Amino acid sequence: MNLTRRGTFALGAGFAALTLLPATGARAAVEDSIAAFTGGAEVADGAGITLTTPEIAENGNTVPVSVAAPGAVSIMILATGNPNPDVGIFTFGPLAASQAASTRIRLAGTQDVVAIAKMADGSFVRAVNTVKVTIGGCGG
Amino acid sequence: MAEDVKPRVRVPKTAAAGETIVIKTLINHVMESGQRKDSSGNPIPRQIINRFTCEFNGQMVLDVTLEPAISTNPYFEFEAVVPESGEFKFTWYDDDGSVYETTEAITVG
Amino acid sequence: MTTKTLKGGMASAALALALCGGASAEPVDDTLILNGEIEMITRAPAPEHLEGRLGPDVISGWLYREDETRDVQRDDFENPASLMLEAAAVAWDTVEGSEGKACASCHESVDSMAGVRPAMPKINATTGELWSMEQYINDCRVNRMGAEAWEWDKDPMKNMTALISSVSRGMPVNVQIDGPAAPYWEQGKEIYYTRYGQLELSCANCHEDNNGNHIRADHLSQGQTNGFPVYRFNTSGLVSIHNRFRGCIRDTRAEPFAVGSPEATALELYVASRGMGLSVESPSVRQ
Repeated sequence: MNLTRRGTFALGAGFAALTLLPATGARAAVEDSIAAFTGGAEVADGAGITLTTPEIAENGNTVPVSVAAPGAVSIMILATGNPNPDVGIFTFGPLAASQAASTRIRLAGTQDVVAIAKMADGSFVRAVNTVKVTIGGCGG
Repeated sequence: MAEDVKPRVRVPKTAAAGETIVIKTLINHVMESGQRKDSSGNPIPRQIINRFTCEFNGQMVLDVTLEPAISTNPYFEFEAVVPESGEFKFTWYDDDGSVYETTEAITVG
Repeated sequence: MTTKTLKGGMASAALALALCGGASAEPVDDTLILNGEIEMITRAPAPEHLEGRLGPDVISGWLYREDETRDVQRDDFENPASLMLEAAAVAWDTVEGSEGKACASCHESVDSMAGVRPAMPKINATTGELWSMEQYINDCRVNRMGAEAWEWDKDPMKNMTALISSVSRGMPVNVQIDGPAAPYWEQGKEIYYTRYGQLELSCANCHEDNNGNHIRADHLSQGQTNGFPVYRFNTSGLVSIHNRFRGCIRDTRAEPFAVGSPEATALELYVASRGMGLSVESPSVRQ
């Protein structure tokens, strides 16, 4: 993974909160995925969405993650450091008790995981977590 | 990968009207990402489950678009409201066109 | 746990390079209650034959894993290996071979296998040899079912050893190491303490001298086998004991013992004996 710069960096609506920036090619892929989901609308950092990830993932093959955004229509998860950043989109129907879901994902290495919720009023909120992915010593 | 794919779901047998229940689902599937190469160096083609839906008595609870970054043996946990007795229907859609389905009844009362 | 000193010249260098400087973490304090029902013993007084070399307690690998990894094992539904148990349950009832039998024809319910896993590997009464569970299964398949032997590390065998082991969950590991088993146990013990490979590492160098430390990013456990076959996130599948021995020895850059070989089986007995008192956890979940 080609780290260009650390720290907040205003590259576009999707990137302001990332602390670990992906390489240029991946950056474009992340921006495209965000644009496809938001239609280019503003994405705000908000308390309206919670992204739960482990601090250290013992193995990148199976990393448990949860997302929750009360009142959301759908939530998209991106793994900004993966060769393909798309992870999944959860769309909640009328019988979803909470707009929340848990799953297990693959992370290719230490990276920022992004969750963006599309709210019922058409606004978008985002949460970003850094997940450290350990690649084993001898257990490989 | 249509053979030997068995979904498992955990749904309570009963609930009060309007109660929130937790649903867990697991299905065995390699979720071949398309990133791996075989021993000769040839890419192994992508084959994943690309969509999962949960419906109750015909109404949508959850609709998930899965990408190759979802782990092998996809697992989902989520909550549903149960307004009345009925049946949950769970459906997984494979890249190769296979569709895997299972249902669970729940009684309200 | 007191600081462990590294022994041996070149091995020290190799190990020192591999270990994170000073990074050490004790196994956690946690209780494993499977499916809310079966309380598992994850810490037990060390068996006497260890003569204190592992400290006062033997500890399950479960306690060395991160929170999220441990959580996956608490509930059979969450444990991806339960999919393999289901597949094996189908195989248990499937008629195969010239004799028209399934496992169930003689053994009825797989629950009748409770108590088998904790005693493995054990001396076969007829041949006097030490056999792993895989060898007992193939003996039944070939000689009593008239079916083909299963390959050690292919899904049918791994799934079945997981199923047969799973009905003993909670029961403490209790292998026989005396009597006819004694020469095999001694052989296994010698292998355990022998340095192999370019890196000249023995099992003990990591799992006895350095459990609790990190080797690169792996948190070293005591190397117990009470949870095998194990569902590893690394491979997203089950891993057998002999396969794990091969992995470890390959990582010392040595020629590993073949699965099912006398060396691997002797080593399996010795390693099992180092965990006596720990609950069978198979199929456990590890990284």
